[in-house]
Amino acid sequence: MAKLKSDKLIIAKKKFNSRLIVGTGKYKSMSECAKAIELSGADIVTVAVRRVNISNNKKPLLMDYIDPKKITYLPNTAGCFNSDEALRTLRLAREIGGWKLVKLEVLGDKKNLFPEMIETIKSTEILTKEGFKVMVYCNDDPLMAKRLENVGACAIMPLAAPIGSGLGIQNKVNIKIIRKQTKLPLIIDAGLGQASDATIAMELGCDGVLVNTAIAKAKKPFNMALAFKNAVIAGRQSFLSGRITPNLMGSASSPSKGII
Amino acid sequence: MKKVKKIKIKINGRFIKTEDNIKLSALLKNLKIPIKKVAIELNQEIIDKTILDKINLKKNDKIEIVHFIGGG
Repeated sequence: MAKLKSDKLIIAKKKFNSRLIVGTGKYKSMSECAKAIELSGADIVTVAVRRVNISNNKKPLLMDYIDPKKITYLPNTAGCFNSDEALRTLRLAREIGGWKLVKLEVLGDKKNLFPEMIETIKSTEILTKEGFKVMVYCNDDPLMAKRLENVGACAIMPLAAPIGSGLGIQNKVNIKIIRKQTKLPLIIDAGLGQASDATIAMELGCDGVLVNTAIAKAKKPFNMALAFKNAVIAGRQSFLSGRITPNLMGSASSPSKGII
Repeated sequence: MKKVKKIKIKINGRFIKTEDNIKLSALLKNLKIPIKKVAIELNQEIIDKTILDKINLKKNDKIEIVHFIGGG
């Protein structure tokens, strides 16, 4: 157990205790969101950049519920469909309060929400040159993952399945190949549906998972937040423990000697 | 009393009327914007929040004020 305690998630030289990153969207209320985050044990939360409602300044602010001094805000570019929009969004995010660790997400299709990888690679390169630490949402494509690494991404974040689909990891082989080729933090970003999906991701050797819809839209978000927390810990522990070699045939657990 | 000249500017996609040459800092104060929790763009350029009182607004200026909200 001592070993697990020192087993931290390191992104852009910063250490985090939890390997579960959670999104803050789709909750019924800000207080529900804040409680789910607390129960999940997450150290990092993704947030979106949007216009302030200037006609109603009494609306509660996210920062009033989730303290950015205690939880790392990871500004994202959700809703951006090209490089210019994404760059504008993250430059603004940095201006709000010095955020340099960001999540880049440039989408290419409004229905399947798959990433537009050409624009994503272009944006990663520019942002990195501007001093951002860019965690990048991408396809589960080893070649694209390699390109992102080459242009300076600080974390590779392939999807498990389309955003919000809850389908779980569709292409374990690709995730394994990406794991093998990179030493960068590898975080499964989208498409998880239940806690066991997170365990599978961690057992494949991923460094973490990012979950939003599966927790926020569960019938009991608080319980699901806790389930994901435990699932990530279980998966990581299982991965570090060195699994047995799978066998087609059985191997009895009790000794055959002394059978009456 | 001298009549104050009014100008039309656009904030977050909506037109509002305000006095000509008003300082950006004064406008944000009128709108009760929590400066520390937002970022501001004037005509597509990000504004350094330490110089808001040095910027005077003119007709047809476009301002965007953004903050963090829940997202995945």
